[in-house]
Amino acid sequence: MTSKPDRTAPLLWLLFAAGGTASAMLLPALVFLTGVAVPAGWVSEDRLRSLLGNPLTLLFLVGIVFAFLFHWAHRFRYALVDLGWGGLGRQGWVFYGIALAGTTLAALAALSNLD
Amino acid sequence: MTPELRRPLPRTWWLRKQSYLFFMIRELTSLAVLAYAILIITAIWTAAGDGSFTTFFDFLKSTTSVITHVGLLILALVHTFTWIALTPKVMVLWQDDEQVEPDVIAGANGVIFLLISGAVLWVVLG
Repeated sequence: MTSKPDRTAPLLWLLFAAGGTASAMLLPALVFLTGVAVPAGWVSEDRLRSLLGNPLTLLFLVGIVFAFLFHWAHRFRYALVDLGWGGLGRQGWVFYGIALAGTTLAALAALSNLD
Repeated sequence: MTPELRRPLPRTWWLRKQSYLFFMIRELTSLAVLAYAILIITAIWTAAGDGSFTTFFDFLKSTTSVITHVGLLILALVHTFTWIALTPKVMVLWQDDEQVEPDVIAGANGVIFLLISGAVLWVVLG
């Protein structure tokens, strides 16, 4: 039996690494902002809202959502296999599909914030 | 190897050794990454609407949200530390004939992490 090489694998590992690096560098600060700075009153509602209306912030956030979701999709997919929940196969597309749908959702919301 | 010849592995294999457990915790930090992506999507969506952003903002100040964020922060820091600790294995750098010390590579990534974190906090809070 011959099997074709999986040509999607390098791209998916690249996205996993990109999202892993993005989240390693940014997630603690972001969690601190919404989990400590907002409840402590250091960031006002108007301030946060005006940031979310800024095109640069939105571009940055959509990029983060894309990287974060593909990182999760790849790593969690393999973790489930390691936990004995099925093998690696086409189920992978469920995870990458969710990542793609989430990114689309973020991009659409960002576009509706611009006007 | 045919499935019949494969030694069965119990689903709790990762609880047997501390190093296996740490491996699984590292993999599951990706759930915190997912959770925060959902939070960002919610923030962008509600900011576009009329009254719902206030509801979202009030939720961030609730006890439920703060406790969830504490959990997220722990997982996020575990992810950051383990990811940076791996960088010397991924990036093997050479300077002339000498290999750059792994600690220097990890340390440089740690400095970049601190600079980026500072920049993010400065942009929002400064």
